[in-house]
Amino acid sequence: MIRRDTIRAAALLSPAYLWLMAAVFLPLSAMAFFSLLTDVPGQGRDWSFTLSNYAAFFETRTYALLLWKSLKLGLIVTGLCLLIGFPAALVLAKSIKGRSREALFLLVILPFWSNSLVRIFSWAIVLRGNGVLDLGLSAVLPGEVKLGLMFSQPAIVIGLVHSYLPYVILTAYLALQAIDDSLIEAARSLGAPKRTILIRLLIPLSAPGLIAGAVLVFVPVVGSFMEPRILGGKVGTYYGTAIEDQFVAVFNWPLGAALSFILLAVVLVILGAASPVLRRARI
Amino acid sequence: MMHRLGRAYLGLILIFLYAPILVMAAMSFNASQFYTLPFEFSTAWYAKLAGNAEILAAAGRSVWIACVVTVISTALGTMAAIALFRHDFPGKTVLRVLLFPPIAIPWLITGTAMLIFFFGIGLGRGTPSVILGHVALALPYVIVVVSARLATFDRTLEEAARSLGARPWKVTTAVTLPAILPGVIAGALFAFAVSFDQFVVSYFLSEPGDSTLPVLIYTAIRKGFTPEINAVSTLIIAVSMAIMLLAARFARFGGED
Repeated sequence: MIRRDTIRAAALLSPAYLWLMAAVFLPLSAMAFFSLLTDVPGQGRDWSFTLSNYAAFFETRTYALLLWKSLKLGLIVTGLCLLIGFPAALVLAKSIKGRSREALFLLVILPFWSNSLVRIFSWAIVLRGNGVLDLGLSAVLPGEVKLGLMFSQPAIVIGLVHSYLPYVILTAYLALQAIDDSLIEAARSLGAPKRTILIRLLIPLSAPGLIAGAVLVFVPVVGSFMEPRILGGKVGTYYGTAIEDQFVAVFNWPLGAALSFILLAVVLVILGAASPVLRRARI
Repeated sequence: MMHRLGRAYLGLILIFLYAPILVMAAMSFNASQFYTLPFEFSTAWYAKLAGNAEILAAAGRSVWIACVVTVISTALGTMAAIALFRHDFPGKTVLRVLLFPPIAIPWLITGTAMLIFFFGIGLGRGTPSVILGHVALALPYVIVVVSARLATFDRTLEEAARSLGARPWKVTTAVTLPAILPGVIAGALFAFAVSFDQFVVSYFLSEPGDSTLPVLIYTAIRKGFTPEINAVSTLIIAVSMAIMLLAARFARFGGED
């Protein structure tokens, strides 16, 4: 009887998990293998095992510096998302009630689930020289305003914050909503000022949600390449664009695989360190 | 006072989130090719779009791929979610944890790894590879959404059906599936959105000249902006937002009807 049960569970589960195996986990392993080769096998080409692709990362400094640049970008974007997103989540969770809260929540989340490429393109339309922002500011302010934001690091940061802000608001909102209102009432009736309630109560209790949100923003930003390409132009060279180049422009796949794998290692360390919190936040 | 300040702040956030999209959409109705103002209403760019065979072909391909991905991942994901709900077995936690990497690992890494692997096994670039990749990305979402619905499902209903003599298949189709249908529909809509909006993985896996709509737009943007791109982008964002609104209706973010 138990065996039949197991067979039934296996029959239901195996298609999905075999698919994940074939399309995610085997490819990730294949990438590790490829990163140790001198050339792409096939078509009569010679290849052998080598560590030179990893040596390239440590010897030339170029890639290490790019990785550092991407990590810094991740920190800036994550920090801004938390700073901007937490107050919004607080308003949503604690001062707006009923149907309007539901509608506002949906409005905030909706962009996150729409096409990210198109949203980045929309910022290009707004920020470009003589674009809508320049023209709008020129109309209001005296003289002709040229912000020159397009193809700069601020443009990349704006685009990425726009992309991931809903994520932080979502995780912070879920965490804040779980805090019992009577706790806040109790603190208030005992005479705690607003600042104390925020620092001693709301932030510590919502910390798991905030950390989960931070990780879920930081990781994709470190691996971003489309956003820096479109909004950064020539200054948009990051670790992600370096990997993209290896696969679509330079065609040095083994080096690309090594760079990707190093990024994967960084990502897994971060996810691993945050996993107790992520599990608790249940996002 | 605080309330009003809070509402004003939320308003600013919404302006930040929606203004660029609205500007982009407005510019698709502007007659000028160089986005110059004053605004002059025109649907010329949409007319031009309707005559652009390359974009239409890519749009058709994107929709077709998204439909195939939706069917496969909804079927496989619902099966897996039901198994995870019904059965207890060692390693169940591991299976749940395994859903996380496809969502959490940057698509750049997953996409390049898929490219390498599919080349290694002789599949190469092309629509089959894109579908393989998209289903893998959509599956975890379907399983999570359907599982959330199952969590609100009363297990004793299955037991009642079984004790009345229903075969396992009958229990699933006559009792379980109808009860969790809103979750399954929401999962299917999520899967469609994941595939239809997917850029990174498609970018690495699709054949040049045979690409999906987002990949075509990326290539076009890098050559220069035209209001035609605004027009097609506006249509894309309208479609994906409509799908997500529909999904939210079915998922209800909690489970109750």
